[in-house]
Amino acid sequence: MMVLRLLHRRPLHGYAIVQEIHAVSDELLQVEEGSLYPALQRLLKDGLVTAHWDVSTTNRRVRVYTLTPAGLGHLHKEIRRFESMLEGIRLVLAVGTL
Amino acid sequence: MNWLRSLFHRRQLYRDLAEEIQEHLDEAQEALMQKGMSPREAREAARKQFGNVASVAESGRETWQWPALETFLMDFRYALRQLRKDLSFTIVAILILGLGIGATTAVFSVVNAVLIRPLPFRDPQRLARVANTGDSGLSSVTSRSSNLADWKRMSSSFEDLAGYFAFYDYQRFTLYGKGEPERLVGVGVTESFLPMLGVQPTLGRQFVHEECVWKGRPAILLTHGFWERRFASDPSIVGQSLTLDNTNYSVVGVLPANFDFASVFVPGSRVDFLLPFPVSRETDRQGNTLAIFGRMKPGVTVAKAQAELDVINDQLQKADPNRWGLGAAVSELRGQLTGRYRDALTLLALAVGLVLLIACTNLSSLLLSRAASRNKEIAIRSAIGAGRLRLVRQLLTEAFVLATAGGVIGVLLALLLTRSIRATQAVTIPLLHSVRIDGEALLVALILVLGCALLFGIAPALQLSGSKDSDALRDSSRGLSEGQGRVRTRSALVIAEVALACVLLVSAGLLLRSFYTLLNVDLGFQPAQRVSWRVETNRRFETLTERARFYLRLIERVKEIPGVVTAGLTDTLPLGRNREWSIGAKGVVYRDGEAPDIYPRMVSPGYLETMGIRLRKGRDFSTNDTADSRRVILINQAAERAIFPGQDALGKILVNREEWVVVGVVDNVRHSSLEENGGSEVYFPIMQMGDWGATDLVVRSTLPLSALNGPMRIALHEMDSKMPVDDFQTLGAVVDRAVSPRRFVLYLLGAFAITAVILASLGIYGLISYSVSRRATEIGIRMALGASPQLVRKQILRHTLTLGLAGILLGTIGAIIVSRLMASLLFGISSTDFATFAGTIVLLFLVAATAGFLPAMRASRIEPRVALQEG
Repeated sequence: MMVLRLLHRRPLHGYAIVQEIHAVSDELLQVEEGSLYPALQRLLKDGLVTAHWDVSTTNRRVRVYTLTPAGLGHLHKEIRRFESMLEGIRLVLAVGTL
Repeated sequence: MNWLRSLFHRRQLYRDLAEEIQEHLDEAQEALMQKGMSPREAREAARKQFGNVASVAESGRETWQWPALETFLMDFRYALRQLRKDLSFTIVAILILGLGIGATTAVFSVVNAVLIRPLPFRDPQRLARVANTGDSGLSSVTSRSSNLADWKRMSSSFEDLAGYFAFYDYQRFTLYGKGEPERLVGVGVTESFLPMLGVQPTLGRQFVHEECVWKGRPAILLTHGFWERRFASDPSIVGQSLTLDNTNYSVVGVLPANFDFASVFVPGSRVDFLLPFPVSRETDRQGNTLAIFGRMKPGVTVAKAQAELDVINDQLQKADPNRWGLGAAVSELRGQLTGRYRDALTLLALAVGLVLLIACTNLSSLLLSRAASRNKEIAIRSAIGAGRLRLVRQLLTEAFVLATAGGVIGVLLALLLTRSIRATQAVTIPLLHSVRIDGEALLVALILVLGCALLFGIAPALQLSGSKDSDALRDSSRGLSEGQGRVRTRSALVIAEVALACVLLVSAGLLLRSFYTLLNVDLGFQPAQRVSWRVETNRRFETLTERARFYLRLIERVKEIPGVVTAGLTDTLPLGRNREWSIGAKGVVYRDGEAPDIYPRMVSPGYLETMGIRLRKGRDFSTNDTADSRRVILINQAAERAIFPGQDALGKILVNREEWVVVGVVDNVRHSSLEENGGSEVYFPIMQMGDWGATDLVVRSTLPLSALNGPMRIALHEMDSKMPVDDFQTLGAVVDRAVSPRRFVLYLLGAFAITAVILASLGIYGLISYSVSRRATEIGIRMALGASPQLVRKQILRHTLTLGLAGILLGTIGAIIVSRLMASLLFGISSTDFATFAGTIVLLFLVAATAGFLPAMRASRIEPRVALQEG
């Protein structure tokens, strides 16, 4: 879900995605970098992103992922689901006072 | 269709993934180097940050795979490699399986066609046979046309009733005008017979009413086979006329290919066409002639129809007390046609199943022995992480590949077998023509393949995958106690094989002895050296005397042929169709229906001698018995006992329209089947009794048929140039056809039994051989310590014979049970026939001894030095 969100802003390649997550989350989230790639493959297979080879700003040959319309729809759905789950947890935790 | 795309681009995707992972690592490394690390430190840190590279790459790849399919394909390729390595084993295994699966599928097709598949008619489950209620012979199950007419009129259980003329064999039609005159077989059917069955001519039309009345317009419907054979499937034959005997019959249509009248109703015969049989006063006078069938209304059961007909018959009898022949026995058509073969076919199905079982047992044993050499391979795979399930799956895949290959061979074999069964006209089992490999048979073949794979694959798979790793990985294993479990399993398998083979052998042996007892039964006549020509002339005769004289002159002319010993004429050959009359002794008053039933034959003088029928008392007919002299007849012993119990029949008088004097008593002839004693037979001289049409001229000759044929043609043509001369058969062939179903079953069962014995002996050989190889070291030690080669040999043989005896014992018990179940198929011997059992036991004993002999010899030749070194 987070990968999709980032790709919504702009297309990125794998290493850049990891960097973005670190940066945007204020270093709160530390993901094991490798686990990103199987996730990207699944997104690719499900048609939520597309990939193409390009040359980066630092003159490297990188594989850039772009969000598809289906991916966008999926992202919105997932965000909605996450937020309603979050709301539910908040309500439960708010019962009484600690 | 992402999955389709991914199939094609998978390699590319894997490459892309590998590249981008590498790129990621490079970028990370560079970033870390910029922070001040050395290149090597940066690379290590980058990797640590990343995680397990190989694992990530593999997870990424798995997204594009179907794990189940992938593993199966891997197993499959591996199995092919393994099987190719041991090619001779693979070929033998595939052949054995092919034989077993092919035979089983073929037998299934036969059982399907004859017993299971619905008849090729519309709504066949509503069809019933309405037979008459006599005791024996064809006349007692056929009915009069008046019965058919009245039942149709009065019954509400039946939608329709119809029948065919059951004595069609008494009249042949000679086709003139198309080359050589040809004798054809035509069966009369009532008007609604074909529509009732739901059979529509594929060309032309059904009979119309004008053709179905007495002396109606002559018309025929050709059977499909006849149309193909004689008219080369020419559609223009429809509408043309054929000259049969003296009449022009119009061909109104051709019957469809899937309707084989002969195969369903009169198997073993050939039927060329159907013609209308009028249901009228005139045909009614001919007596019991029709085989009647009915279509019950939906919801009506056989019991209900039976009850209704009983009531109707009662009413009809009361309305006309003098009416005879009223009787009805309703039964389901399918059961009536094929029920009597159910036992035999079930036996065949069980037998072939046993053979398949033995084959699988054999293969299982073979696989187990092969497994010994794969211990190390399995241990390694197990050590690097293959779970037990995985190993079992791998080994089962091998078994499955073998089974599939065997299945393919088997289906091909079954196609061949069913083709030859379909083509045979010699066996009188109905519906054989529809034996084929269809979807159902293929499904059965598939089930067999899967079942066999499981059956012979599971034991080796379980044993192999359960072996302890450490033992196998160690190179030197003395082999003394290793494989004990395996040997025990294989021993059990071999004992089972021998037992099953024993059961099959006993069954085949019992059937064989029955068959030979049957062939040796006293038929009452001698079929050897006798040939019979069907003769009928178109010439018109004014009087019976003239007609008889023609045929008597024909007989004389035939006797002039060199090599002909004697000849005679009859209108009813034994083992063919029979008609039945009532007759009574003069002066005796019989109650209704109590008058003796007899089988009449019209014969010429000399017929008895020609056929080898012994004359017990009195004399044969002679040329002095003319139309003007006293009426004379001959009767057989059964008739004498039945009509004149306790008395001498010679000189007594029987009454059938006229008075006939008994001038001779002859032996009984088995005229209906070899298994049954005949009934009362009465012989009338052709000079005095005119109730005969086509006749059989029986010739007894020392010449072979090929030498006799030519002179007979000339002789027949001399008497009447238009008489067909090609309608002949040897009496040996007549007897053969009568026992053909029995012989059919016997051949198949015999083949199965032989296969079983071969497989069982191979099984024993394989096991003992294996055992000797495994224990070579032990044997070597024993010989080094003083055991003589003879002792070793004896010990091995004793082991073999113990196995054999165990199997024989088990098998004998099984055989006793099975033979009791097949008692109905036996003739002349008991189900515990000592000779058969004893013979089987001795044979299997010898087979076991022979199978163990070679390995025993090999064992006794083991050199202790060599064996100890190799250990």
